[in-house]
Amino acid sequence: MKLLVKGGRVINPFSEQDEVLDVLIEDGIIKAISKDIPVGKDVHTVHAENKIVCPGFIDIHVHLREPGFEYKEDIASGTRAAAAGGFTSICCMPNTDPVIDNAAVASFVKERAAKSGIVNVYPIGAVTRQQAGKELAEIAELVAAGCVGLSDDGKPVLGSDIMRHALDYANMFNLPVFSHCEDTGLSAGGQMNEGYYSTIFGLQGIPHEAEEVMVARDIMLAGLTGARLHLCHLSTARSIELVKLAKKKGLQVTCEVTPHHLTLTDEVVEGYDTDAKVNPPLRAPEDIEALIAGINDGTVDCIATDHAPHHLESKDCEFNLAAFGISGLETAIPVVMSMVNAGKIDLMRMVELFTIGPADIINLDRGTLEIGAIADITIIDPDKVKMVNPQQFYSKGKNTPYKNREFRGWPYATIVKGELVASEGIVR
Amino acid sequence: MNQKDLLGLKELSREDIESILDTAVPMKDIIKRDIKKVPTLRGKAMVTVFYENSTRTRTSFEIAGKYLSADTVNLAVSTSSVQKGESLKDTVKTIEVMGFDLMVIRHSMSGTPHYVSRNTNMSVINAGDGTNEHPTQALLDLYSIREKKGTLDGLKVAIVGDILHSRVARSNIYGLSKFGCEVRVVGPATLMPPGLEKMNVKSYHSLEAALKGVDVINILRIQKERQQSGLFPSLDEYANLYMLRPEHLQAAKEDVLVLHPGPMNRGIEISSQVAEGLNSVINEQVTNGVAVRMALLFLMMGGSKNEVAS
Repeated sequence: MKLLVKGGRVINPFSEQDEVLDVLIEDGIIKAISKDIPVGKDVHTVHAENKIVCPGFIDIHVHLREPGFEYKEDIASGTRAAAAGGFTSICCMPNTDPVIDNAAVASFVKERAAKSGIVNVYPIGAVTRQQAGKELAEIAELVAAGCVGLSDDGKPVLGSDIMRHALDYANMFNLPVFSHCEDTGLSAGGQMNEGYYSTIFGLQGIPHEAEEVMVARDIMLAGLTGARLHLCHLSTARSIELVKLAKKKGLQVTCEVTPHHLTLTDEVVEGYDTDAKVNPPLRAPEDIEALIAGINDGTVDCIATDHAPHHLESKDCEFNLAAFGISGLETAIPVVMSMVNAGKIDLMRMVELFTIGPADIINLDRGTLEIGAIADITIIDPDKVKMVNPQQFYSKGKNTPYKNREFRGWPYATIVKGELVASEGIVR
Repeated sequence: MNQKDLLGLKELSREDIESILDTAVPMKDIIKRDIKKVPTLRGKAMVTVFYENSTRTRTSFEIAGKYLSADTVNLAVSTSSVQKGESLKDTVKTIEVMGFDLMVIRHSMSGTPHYVSRNTNMSVINAGDGTNEHPTQALLDLYSIREKKGTLDGLKVAIVGDILHSRVARSNIYGLSKFGCEVRVVGPATLMPPGLEKMNVKSYHSLEAALKGVDVINILRIQKERQQSGLFPSLDEYANLYMLRPEHLQAAKEDVLVLHPGPMNRGIEISSQVAEGLNSVINEQVTNGVAVRMALLFLMMGGSKNEVAS
C-alpha cells in the first residue's frame, strides 16, 4: 500500500523545514520526501497543492469517557472526532469509571482503541487510586500497560506530600506527572472567572489564584524532586510567568494551553451560555495576551484541547447545574489557524505546538516528518472557510462555544500509519 | 416597554423603567379602592413558580394578578413533580401547554429565568435569580424613591450589606445608574464583588462615611449562613459595624429615605427604631410592590400603558 502526498507545503518543525515537497509513504512508513516524486503504479495520490502538510497532530489532553460514560463519548466516537479534527494521536485522561488506576483498565482502553479506534490512543494513568488523592496508583503497572503519563485530571492532587511522592516515584520511569492546578478551596462553588463579568452575571467567581497557587506549589515540588511536571490547561498570565521562572531555573516543567483559553474571554458567558462553562474558566483579555506571549517566547510547550464531551442534558440546564467542559477536538485546528491568520502565532510554531512539542512531553517517537518515521500526517487546507456546526461533529459532545462561528483553515486530510482516515472533515 | 420578558434591569432602558413606574401610579389607586378589581386581564392566566422561599414577592405577584382579574396559579415546587426529578425544561413545557400566558419564576441559580425564557413562548418575569437580579424589587424601590422625592435624577443612594450575594443590590445599581444617581455600596470587604469601579459604583467599608449626604439608604438582608462560610466573624460584630441605627441618619440628608426589601433581621442589619422611624418607607415599599407588579403584568399581558392611564 503506497500513498503519495503530492505538491503540499511541508512544514516539519523538528528540522525547521518549510517547502513544497512530495511525501511518499509505503507500508505505514515515510519512504521519501522530495520534489516531484513520480506517481508510480499502485500508488494512491493525495493532492495537497496549496495545502499544508505536517507531522500528525498530537493532543495529549482528551477525555474519551470510556469506560463508564459512553453516553458522553466512547473510544470509537472520540477517535473519529480526533481524525476529523486532524489529530493522529491522542492521550486519554483517566477520569473514567472505573478510573484508569490499574493495568487492567489501561489494557482495556488500549484494546478498545486497537479494535474500535481509528487514531493512536495513549492512556494517561491516575496518580492516585480512584483519583482520591490518598494512595499512589500502581504506577509501574500502569507504565507496563502503556500509560505515557500520570494525572488525576479533573481533580488536583491536594496533598503536597502525596504530590511529592508521585513526582519522585514517577521519575523512576521518566514519566511526567500532569497536574490539573486548582486550589479547590478558592474555586469552591465557582462557575466562571472571578471579575467584572462574574459580578454582573451574578455568578460565583473562580479567582486566577485558584490556579496560580497550585502552579506555584507544583513548581516548588518539581524543584524538590527534580522530577518531570506537566502543567495542564494553564489559563492565567501569572501561571505563565511562574512556568517561565521554573524553566529559567532549569526545572523539568512543561505546560499546555487550550485553544479556548487562547481565544475566548469570560465575556462569552453572557446569556448564561453553558457551552462556555469550562474549568479552568475563560479568563480576561490580558491573560490571552500572556498565553500568546508564552507561546511566542517558548514558555508554552504544546496546545492541547482538554476535549471534554458532554451529553446534551448536562449542558441544557440551569447554569450552576451544567457540567464544565468544551468538546474541542473538531475545532482546535480552525481556532488556532484563526490566530495564525491574525498574525498572532507563526505557522511553524503552531505546528510545533501540535507535534514535536507534545511528543516530547510524553516521550513519543512521533511528531516529525522524516524518512523512516511512522507515517502520521496531518494536512491542513488554509483557505477553506466553514462554519462550526456541532451537529456535524463525530464527537458525541456537541458542547462548543464556537457554534455558528466561521473559521478559515480546516483539516484537509488525516493519515495514520500511512492510512487515510479522514479527508475534508469526513471520516473514511 | 415592549418586550416578552423581564429578566433584569440590566437590559432595560431608562424609558422602559419610566413607562413601568408611570403605569404603576394608577395601579396604586386601584389598590386603595374599596372594590380592588378591574377586568383588564380577564381571560389571561399566569403562574408563579418559586424554587426559593418567599412571602412578599410571591403573594404580591398573586394579588397583583387577581386585582387585574387574571387567573393566578401558584405552583408549590416542594409538592410538585420537581421533587420526582423532573427537569426545569420539562416543568416549564408542562406549564406552558396548559395555556398560561406568563410565568413568574424565582430560582436560587443565576440565569435560570434566562434559560426558561429561551425554552418557552410564555412571558417570563424574573422574581429573583440567585445572586444576579431581582428586577421587580428594584422597580418598587425606584417607585418608592420617586414617589417621595419627586424624581430619581442625580440622587445619592447608599446600599448597605452583603453586596456580593445580593440580587437586590445589582438590580438597584443598574436601575439607579440609568437615572444618573450616585450609587455607593457599603459592607465588609469579604462581601464586596470585584469590578464595582467598572460599574461606576463607589465602595465603602465605613457606614458613617458612606452615608454622608445621601438621599436614600437601602439596607440589605444579611443571610446568617454567610457567617458560617467564614465571610465575617459573628453576627454581633456585623451588627456593631453595619446595623443602621438612628444616630447614623445624622450624616445623611435630613429627609433621607430608609428602604429594606424584607424580610428584616431586626437588631442585625437594621435597628427597630430606624425600621419604624419617620424616614422608613419599608411598609409602603410592599404596597408599591403590588402596584409595580400590576403595571408589569398589564404591560406584558395586556395592552399599552395609555389604556390604563387614561
